[in-house]
Amino acid sequence: MSFMDRTARAFLLSELVSGLALTFRYMFKSSVTINYPYEKGPLSPRFRGEHALRRYPNGEERCIACKLCEAICPALAITIEAEPRADGSRRTTRYDIDMVKCIYCGYCQEACPVDAIVEGPNFEFSTETREELLYDKQKLLANGDRWENEIAANLAADAPYR
Amino acid sequence: MVEFWSVWIWPTVWIVIKIVAIVLPLLLAVAYLTFAERKVIAAMHRRKGPNVVGPFGLLQPMADGLKLFLKETVIPTGANRAVFVIAPMITFILALVAWAVIPFGQMSDGTPMVLADINVGILYLFAISSLGVYGIIMAGWASNSKYAFLGGIRSAAQMVSYEVSIGFVIITVLLCVGSLNLSRIVEAQAGPWGLFHWFAFPLMPMAVIFFVSGLAETNRHPFDLPEAEAELVSGYNVEYSAMAFALFFLGEYANMILMSAMTSVLFLGGWLPPFNIAPFTWIPGPIWFILKIAACLFVFLWVRATLPRYRYDQLMRLGWKVFLPVSLAAVVIVAGALITFGWMPARAG
Repeated sequence: MSFMDRTARAFLLSELVSGLALTFRYMFKSSVTINYPYEKGPLSPRFRGEHALRRYPNGEERCIACKLCEAICPALAITIEAEPRADGSRRTTRYDIDMVKCIYCGYCQEACPVDAIVEGPNFEFSTETREELLYDKQKLLANGDRWENEIAANLAADAPYR
Repeated sequence: MVEFWSVWIWPTVWIVIKIVAIVLPLLLAVAYLTFAERKVIAAMHRRKGPNVVGPFGLLQPMADGLKLFLKETVIPTGANRAVFVIAPMITFILALVAWAVIPFGQMSDGTPMVLADINVGILYLFAISSLGVYGIIMAGWASNSKYAFLGGIRSAAQMVSYEVSIGFVIITVLLCVGSLNLSRIVEAQAGPWGLFHWFAFPLMPMAVIFFVSGLAETNRHPFDLPEAEAELVSGYNVEYSAMAFALFFLGEYANMILMSAMTSVLFLGGWLPPFNIAPFTWIPGPIWFILKIAACLFVFLWVRATLPRYRYDQLMRLGWKVFLPVSLAAVVIVAGALITFGWMPARAG
């Protein structure tokens, strides 16, 4: 009987037909992908995207040039030079991140004692040249100004779990 | 002088007009077949498919064509230049010339709408589709690349294997019709019960074997071993670029449409409506023919979205140890049935 059964199934192409039926059913289901540039998926508050240097609400930059981020960076992507400013406070004169080296591990923001360097929610910063990915202090501060609202909201949302 | 015009020039112009009227919609259909393929497979994968260029992505084939047109044609140093350039042309031209004998419908006076109403239409089609392998072999050899060569060899072996069973399937149909003329084959499927007279029903297993062999013949999934990306990095066309590649691509898709048209003519009643009642008979024959071709093409795409690629020995086993004996047996059975029950068709011209 099982021989008859198997032969009948083989000749009636039952495996093929059941496979085809499955894909046919799937054709009418709604797609599970999102229409990317126009629709975007949700991001966690902990998402580690493009870097930004933040400022205090009065406009003073947060970074105190402690160089902890430079020290912890496993990819050696951060370069900092610092000297005292005219008012005697210690500030960076140079703060470069090589975004090509960066591995987006997030150690820099973990190391920062003043929440100055953070990785923001932006992941759409591809460029046409490599040089544009060598960020300097000016670019990082501009990022901070641009993304401050989102970054502050994300830090606040994640604060209870730290 | 008047005679020169009426006998030579006007018929030539008229034939050229007819050829353009067939080839232009065909090329458009090829372009939109690539689009339909991407959309159908995307739907079955629950993706969206191309949707950016134009409304619903409808201009995507134009953008792809334009891109291929503007690229540089690279000819490898080690390649045999002449053969390398001729190969895609052969593939493409053979995919087009086969359309000369495909009947699209019937005029009001009963003559078929066809470019060349020849009495050996099916033999012509069979010959042309067999020649298609030459373009691929030449491409594989002339590229002077191991991948392309292996692709060409595989393609040759595969096409030869499946042509045998296609030949036997065609013979069973011819036995039932009594003519090699494609229009006669369609007319033989006419009857009061509409689609139950189509050969797909009395010759069901043959229709399936024909379609599956057609998949293998056009190098489509799941028999796309000559252009397997995983092993041969797309096989015989690996060294081709720009327009030369586009010709292969167009040729392959035109062959798919041709194989669907052959399936429609041989098994799905060509231009005949499925039911001989009012709303169906109002629709003109060519529309029915196009709808049937579209249905066959959908199955081509559907199969591609469903089945994984065959292994090479499985492909050969299916061709030689399953399809060949089954189709050979079918020839004997059909011929025997026709003789026994006296259904043999009258010998038609």
